[in-house]
Amino acid sequence: MAITVSIPTILRPHTGGAKSVEAHGSTVSEIISDLDSRHSGIKARLVKDGTLHRFVNIYVNDEDVRFAGGLDAPVADGASVTILPAVAGGS
Amino acid sequence: MIRKDLVDEIVAHALRDHPREACGVLAGPEGSDRPERAIPMFNNAQSDTFYEFEPSEHQRVYRTLDEGDERVVVIYHSHTSTEAYPSRTDIAVASGPLADTSAHYVLVSTREDQPAGEHEFRSYRIVDGAVTEEPVEVVESYMFSHTGADDVPDGR
Repeated sequence: MAITVSIPTILRPHTGGAKSVEAHGSTVSEIISDLDSRHSGIKARLVKDGTLHRFVNIYVNDEDVRFAGGLDAPVADGASVTILPAVAGGS
Repeated sequence: MIRKDLVDEIVAHALRDHPREACGVLAGPEGSDRPERAIPMFNNAQSDTFYEFEPSEHQRVYRTLDEGDERVVVIYHSHTSTEAYPSRTDIAVASGPLADTSAHYVLVSTREDQPAGEHEFRSYRIVDGAVTEEPVEVVESYMFSHTGADDVPDGR
């Protein structure tokens, strides 16, 4: 069973405008590589120096992967993965 | 260009949450640059100096906008003791790899040294670390304003 990945607006040019796409893999890292193999350029936006970019949030079934192993976080078959920009700031 | 009721809603939200920072978005039709409704968000940081969208609310709102063919036109937040100008953190996050460079970043200040009833309300574009302030035109309604996309030819 495939994994459904929700694509943030800014990456949709990479997916031909699709709001969500299917991917395969058993970790977040594998999912990203699989996405990048078909939608080139996605990985460079999400991963920096081998870790998840500081201002990128990825959720597996609503759980923030930062608290579940980061790029090594497991992704079960049929899971739903959401990629969103961090929205934060300070004064 | 922004409707007055949306400005009022942002200011009211900022005053309600003061002294903690308030945050939220204004949504509008996909492909437009016209904010139509305010979605106040919970500040997950619950701080006087920091704000952050709460992850499940962020996902839920994003999904709802997607399904309704809407987009985030404005991202707003308050500064509760400083002026309405993007901080270094604001600029860094807004320059992240997934940040929508077509979004308007609105800041409202609820600091206390302002004339009674007035709250600094300013808007910026932030692209790759560069901040550009833009004029804020407040209108009662978009219907009689030249908003571009909605101008209907009158057939003459």
